[in-house]
Amino acid sequence: MFDALSDRLERISTRLRGKGRISDADLDGALGEIRTALLEADVELSVARRFCDGIRLRVSVEALSRSLTPGQQVIRAVHEELVGVLGGESLKISYASRPPTVVLMAGLQGSGKTTASAKLALWWKQQGRNPLLVGADLQRPAAVEQLRILGQQAGVTVFSEPSDPVSAARAGLEEARRLGKDVCIIDTAGRLTIDADLMEEIRGISAATEPHYTFLVIDAMIGQDAVATARAFHDALALDAVVLSKLDGDARGGAALSVKGVVGKPIAFASTGERLGDFDLFHPDRMADRILGMGDMLSLIEQADRTMDHDEVAKGAARLMAGHFTLADFLGQLRQVKKMGSLGGLMNLMPGMSKEMRQAAGQIDDGEVAKVEAIVCSMTPAEREDTALLDGSRRSRVARGSGTTVADVNALLKQFKEMQKMMKGMVSGNMPNIPGMPNLGGLPGRAGRKLAAQAAGAGGPDFDMLSQLMGDSGELPGLPAPAPARAVVSANKGTKKKKKKGGRVTPPKGR
Amino acid sequence: MTALLIALVVAVVVVLAAALYLVARSRRAAEPPEAPEAPEPIYRSRLGNVRGLFSDAVSALRTGRIDAATWESLEEALIRADVGVATTDALLTDLRKRVADKEIGGGDDLLAALASAVRTLLKTSGSRALRFDGAPGATDVWLVVGVNGVGKTTTIGKLARQQSAAGHSVLLAAGDTFRAAAADQLALWAERAGAEIVRGAEGGDPSAIVFDAVQRAAARGNDLVLADTAGRLHTKVNLVEELKKIRRVADRAPGHVSEVLLVLDATTGQNALAQARQFTEAVAVTGIVLTKLDGTAKGGIVIAVQRELGLPVKLVGLGEGPDDLVAFDPDEFVDALLGLD
Repeated sequence: MFDALSDRLERISTRLRGKGRISDADLDGALGEIRTALLEADVELSVARRFCDGIRLRVSVEALSRSLTPGQQVIRAVHEELVGVLGGESLKISYASRPPTVVLMAGLQGSGKTTASAKLALWWKQQGRNPLLVGADLQRPAAVEQLRILGQQAGVTVFSEPSDPVSAARAGLEEARRLGKDVCIIDTAGRLTIDADLMEEIRGISAATEPHYTFLVIDAMIGQDAVATARAFHDALALDAVVLSKLDGDARGGAALSVKGVVGKPIAFASTGERLGDFDLFHPDRMADRILGMGDMLSLIEQADRTMDHDEVAKGAARLMAGHFTLADFLGQLRQVKKMGSLGGLMNLMPGMSKEMRQAAGQIDDGEVAKVEAIVCSMTPAEREDTALLDGSRRSRVARGSGTTVADVNALLKQFKEMQKMMKGMVSGNMPNIPGMPNLGGLPGRAGRKLAAQAAGAGGPDFDMLSQLMGDSGELPGLPAPAPARAVVSANKGTKKKKKKGGRVTPPKGR
Repeated sequence: MTALLIALVVAVVVVLAAALYLVARSRRAAEPPEAPEAPEPIYRSRLGNVRGLFSDAVSALRTGRIDAATWESLEEALIRADVGVATTDALLTDLRKRVADKEIGGGDDLLAALASAVRTLLKTSGSRALRFDGAPGATDVWLVVGVNGVGKTTTIGKLARQQSAAGHSVLLAAGDTFRAAAADQLALWAERAGAEIVRGAEGGDPSAIVFDAVQRAAARGNDLVLADTAGRLHTKVNLVEELKKIRRVADRAPGHVSEVLLVLDATTGQNALAQARQFTEAVAVTGIVLTKLDGTAKGGIVIAVQRELGLPVKLVGLGEGPDDLVAFDPDEFVDALLGLD
């Protein structure tokens, strides 16, 4: 999704590189490109216009900022505007004091309501709730049958009756009460907003069941019609949130921006596939980051949090700060990174990767990573600490041991030397500008070394030092501050943390 | 190797940075974060009814003058109809030139010229009729394909009825073996159309079902097989491969694929072009069925589909009832698009 926007922003950034400040003409050109990208992404016209006006305002205000280049100013403005429009806050679900909590699903034909209903039921079930699915779509042939089968797959009871949608919904609610269910999800038939009878019908269903939450299910590939549809449903039902479906496609998903911008309701959930498990909370800030090619830092971090051995990584980080980065360290960290899944997938989450880098990353064969690992493993610990030890005969040995050639070993060593230099430079604050890589800036050298010394001694990072390092806003140097934490992370104050199994990014339960 | 190394090192660095950040943030987690203010809902101006898209532009044009505002509102109207930026630019650039060359005079002329230009873009070299070869010893197969939720099964139901009425002996193949109760849904349509249906177990191989249907049609004397397929996103390589296989099997004697109909939802935006491109590349689409045109969406994307891929719209779906399928009429479409009716 939104590849074109990040590509264009890259082009804009490249064009503005080297310019001291951004002229009006430059800004107009940049905004024109952004507007085109948004329209091609199916963002509604007036939303796109307002978006560009917003950026113009932000850039002119920000013009006083000395530390950012014009390209960065534009990108920062776009990011902030995106987060603003997408909505910084996710929907918080609160449950009815007198169960069940009633959820009404509405939308156009084919938007994915039935599948979303079942997914929601499963999601709630996984949260420890006891949902009931009510099939009130009596119009589409075999719709109830479909819901029954999905309910079975999810392990959730399904109720329906062949009367009429309003009566079926009402009866479903009664059944939910009777069975002591605490959530009642009502699936309805798809309907066109200009069909007065059907809109009247769903108003009837709403009146009869008094839902606590009314969700509009919208297909991510919907075009300019998104706004008209959302408005009409909102006028009829007072929507609480939107569920965006079929996000696993390559549709740019501009509807996400449009609907939020015009109806003012958050996108609560993202449906990302045909299987019941392909469902998650929608994270606006992460979506904004992704749109801009800023990667999905939080998802990356969460994934890292779950899969890595914290002590290992903390130690590695400390050593890096102290300017030590040997093949041994590299191997250790590589193994941690491998646990997080395929490298290609990981690259997509990483901030600031250019299209070329992403494409290259996508083509990285995880088998090649294994090759690198094999080469390093074939070295003795002493060799890993000090690669100067590796003369011709040792290199042949390594090559034979890892099933590679001496040329491969040579190449690895040569590249690694370069990387070492880069790492050292980064820590001391002189990050060379590698095209396509994120500008990580310089981690303050002195603070870093002090930190490392402490870490080596105390066995755990010093928080004061770290917060000084990070700055009060908790901002990683060179990256914009993420929105207030959605994921709650338990404090890692030196207690040994168990490695968690990797998996999908889902909101952590009760931490 | 270099790219790999760079990638690995970046990964390691970022992960380390992530770890540091985690630790720092866990400390801050003690302090409750400030909730950002929810953006104010923008005041909603009433959009008006379906015709509203062009009515402003049209009435402005009818006053005669052509100025900057005119072009802006025309552009706006075309974009809102999902015509797309590229096609809109092409259309308006050409019209601007003709206005500058004094080929077009006032507002009324401009409107007529626009309508004519769109009609030209929609012209197709092929035929809009549904192709039926009816060769002796062969059974015609029409494959219906598309992404999820566009209206494939409903379209087949309507087609079955129409073709039966036209004198064909229709057999339906429930080739959607993935979606829960998909075969049940098609079976109900078969009943409505008075046609037979071949179905298999859920989760089974769709190619096998199509094969069985073709065999049965040859044996029982059905001259037309309508094959339903599961909705699939064009980005899913394995599903596209599966579709290619279905077409190959359907085209094996005595089967003969004479139509591959891609169903496009009129509410879809620019992604429809990507869908058309990918599906055509995979299974050589012969025609488009544009569904849900009875709604507020204008389906303008089919102009780009015709222009860039040469794919004609053959049928239009106008509702969920069995008779709501009509032949595509470009003039009617353009009039509805521009609000000229």
